[in-house]
Amino acid sequence: MATYRRINVMENGGVHVVHFVDKKIVDSGTIEQLGDELTGLVLNEKKNMLLLNFDTVEFMSSAALNKLISLNKKVKDSAGQLKLCCLRPEIGEVFKITRLDRVFDIRKDEASGLSAFKL
Amino acid sequence: MNSRPPMWKCDKIIPSELDAGHASIEELMNALESAGWEGRDVFHIQMAIEEAVVNAIEHGNKRDASKQVHVVFVVDRDSAEMTVTDQGEGFDHQNVADPTEEDRLDQPRGRGVLLIRELMSEAHYNPKGNSVWMRKVRSKDEPEASY
Repeated sequence: MATYRRINVMENGGVHVVHFVDKKIVDSGTIEQLGDELTGLVLNEKKNMLLLNFDTVEFMSSAALNKLISLNKKVKDSAGQLKLCCLRPEIGEVFKITRLDRVFDIRKDEASGLSAFKL
Repeated sequence: MNSRPPMWKCDKIIPSELDAGHASIEELMNALESAGWEGRDVFHIQMAIEEAVVNAIEHGNKRDASKQVHVVFVVDRDSAEMTVTDQGEGFDHQNVADPTEEDRLDQPRGRGVLLIRELMSEAHYNPKGNSVWMRKVRSKDEPEASY
C-alpha cells in the first residue's frame, strides 16, 4: 500500500476521499509531490472515483491548479470521476475567475460530494 | 497630499530561486498582518504576488543563476503596492491568449496574468513585459489596523 506525505486517503462507499496535509500549496516541491501522489492514486492504485476535500487548504497557487487539471484528464481517461468539495470562498473565487468551475464538479460539502458520484 | 512614510517598505534584489522568492513573499505577508490586513484582501495579494514572483523566476529569468529579480513592496493601512522586475526578455502582455476560452481551459499558461488583473485593484506591465506593478486597495469591510 502506498505511503503518502501530502495527502490522506479514506475510502467511503466506493469513493476515495482525499484530504490535503498542507494548508498552503505553494512550494514547488510540495506541488510536484502532491501531483505525483494524486497521479499515483489513479494510475498505480487504480482509484479513479476521487473526491478531493479542500477543508484544510487555505491557499493554493495556479501551479497547483495545473496539477488538478492534469489529474482530471487522467481520471477521465480511466473512465473515473473526480469531484471537489469544501473549497473556502477565496479559492472558489479563483476557480470562478479562471472558469475552472466549468471544468471541475465542485460541491459544497463532503456529503453532497459523495452523493454526486454515479457508482 | 499625504507625506507620511509608508508603514513598511521592502526593496531588494533576490536570486532566481523559488525559495528566495517565497521568503520575500513571506516577509510581505507578515508585514500585511502587522498592518492589520486580513481575509480576502490578503488572499488576493498572496495569489497575485505568488504568480508575479514565480513568473519572474521561472519564465522571466528561466531560473538563470546569473539573473536576479528586483522586488519592491510598500505596505500601508489603506493600500499595498508591489513591483516585481526580472532580467528576462519580457513578454507581450497585451496579447496573452485568454485562458478562459473553452478550448484553452485545460492549458497551463495565462492564468497567472488573468489572476493578477482580476484580483488587484490595478496592475500594469512595462512595455517590455519584464516588470509588473500591482496595487491593492484595502476593502472597506476589512478591519482597520490597530496601531
